[in-house]
Amino acid sequence: MPFIPHTETDIEDMLARIGVGEISDLFDEIPPELRIAGLDGIGPALSEAEISRFMQQRARADGEPLCFLGAGAYDHYVPAAVWDIATRGEFYSAYTPYQAEASQGTLQVIYEFQTMLASLTDLDVSNASLYDGATAFAEACLMAVRANRKNKSRRILVPRALSPVYRSVARAILGGQKIELVELAMLDGRTDTAALADDVGEGFAAIAIQNPSFLGTLEDVDTLTDWAHDKGALVIGVANPMALALLKPPGQWGQKGADIACGEGQPMGIPLSSGGPYFGYMVCRQDIVRQMPGRIVGRTIDLEGKPGFTLTLQAREQHIRRSRATSNICTNQGLMATAATIYMSLLGATGLRQVARSCNANTNALVTRLTSLPGISRAFTTPFFHEVVLLLDRPVAGVLSELSAQGIIGGYDLTDDYPELGNALLVCATETRGAADIESYANALSDLFEVAA
Amino acid sequence: MSEVPDSFLYTKDHEWLRLNDDGSITVGISDHAQEALGELVFVEVPEVGDTLSAGDACAVVESVKAASDIYCPLEGEVVETNAALADAPELVNSSPYEDGWVFRMNPENATALDEFMDADAYGRHLAELED
Repeated sequence: MPFIPHTETDIEDMLARIGVGEISDLFDEIPPELRIAGLDGIGPALSEAEISRFMQQRARADGEPLCFLGAGAYDHYVPAAVWDIATRGEFYSAYTPYQAEASQGTLQVIYEFQTMLASLTDLDVSNASLYDGATAFAEACLMAVRANRKNKSRRILVPRALSPVYRSVARAILGGQKIELVELAMLDGRTDTAALADDVGEGFAAIAIQNPSFLGTLEDVDTLTDWAHDKGALVIGVANPMALALLKPPGQWGQKGADIACGEGQPMGIPLSSGGPYFGYMVCRQDIVRQMPGRIVGRTIDLEGKPGFTLTLQAREQHIRRSRATSNICTNQGLMATAATIYMSLLGATGLRQVARSCNANTNALVTRLTSLPGISRAFTTPFFHEVVLLLDRPVAGVLSELSAQGIIGGYDLTDDYPELGNALLVCATETRGAADIESYANALSDLFEVAA
Repeated sequence: MSEVPDSFLYTKDHEWLRLNDDGSITVGISDHAQEALGELVFVEVPEVGDTLSAGDACAVVESVKAASDIYCPLEGEVVETNAALADAPELVNSSPYEDGWVFRMNPENATALDEFMDADAYGRHLAELED
């Protein structure tokens, strides 16, 4: 379905008809102090030829490093068919066309996407995707406070091992609604369940549990879930969908399961591409679905009894309910969700499990190899999925920069986000980092440590 | 013309109030309101025990096309909600003044009832809206 922009004449006709001089007059009601004159560091508009050259230079500067960096986005192999299909004209659009009468194919893809996410998380209803993992997490927090009507608290408990980026984005989004994130104490890389009682204080509306955590560790999801439910709070499960191919899905955590699951969808067929676009996902229990933000596609039958697909549960969205809407999110990350649907269907449940197992096996091999070097040890004993925190006997930044000069991205420096851990480095090996890659990394690191010592 | 029974009081937001023998107030939406919304698919009722101020958005009636707030008509505590609406929100359409009631509350101040319209006044209010 093509996107056809308005011509200058169209725009002039429309403005004349409603008696407005120019488009900027339509934004008069936004106070001047809330508007920005320009963006720092963003230059003037470039022509197609100029922007092509600029982006190629940027891409060359990235090179093709050997990547052991995870920390929220992961370097998986994306089968060529994924983007070959996703970029077909029928799918490839900056706009997600939702009109049921014109877009049955698009709507069916979204419906299949939702079905796959609901099945991976073992929860009832998925939306059509959100912008990214961090904003999906913030929306899940807002949703939990709305959905937990018996509980008047506006506090949400978050593990110290929950992504610092997610916490920061959520604080920016939740602050305006006076919703507060309260950090839980960490022990051995995961939430200290023995210290939970001390952290409750004045009550809380929900707990968010990231599993695997930002630090790669596996949380005690059953204990945390049951404890929170027992206190009348909801449970938000934050999970990497790739890990869900192996781990217990949020819908099965504890006695009753998590109420909402969300996370970053990038591992499902989306290339790293310098940080985006990615997509977020969100799934929930049926009985709180009316508080879920974003688009939801449903399957129905038409007047002739034939199956068809259409948007559903729209009554609380922004275009109908204005300022009283459930959320300001009224769209999805359509192209990325399409690619993820294709990726998941090509791999299937068995393929996803194989990829997830390879990630775990490669990371085990990486950690065994690297910790055999003097001056490198594991920070925690807690089990992990495909990321591990290593402690170095020297500052991490210098080591990463030396490795980078040799074409290796050695991991994520945790020093700023987790100063209490010391010289801590988060490493990851996906299914694409085999024995030879791990050996290259270990040799480079070994040389470096010997030279310095 | 929609039904406006005599024994109720009405608000400008098309809610009705009924004073019960025990001094509590039952609240629902008028026939006019249910007609305007169309077939309801969901009713979100307040929590029993909630203390509400006049004007608080305390319940939501949702049709296929729209979701509207029900505003609490006066200050008080919610003592009962209509459990039948969870499975049968269409009761609000079929029986707005009886089976489709939404919640019952104990008003803080019973004299606050004086400010609402009686059936005649609400009927005139509806007629004005139609002009």
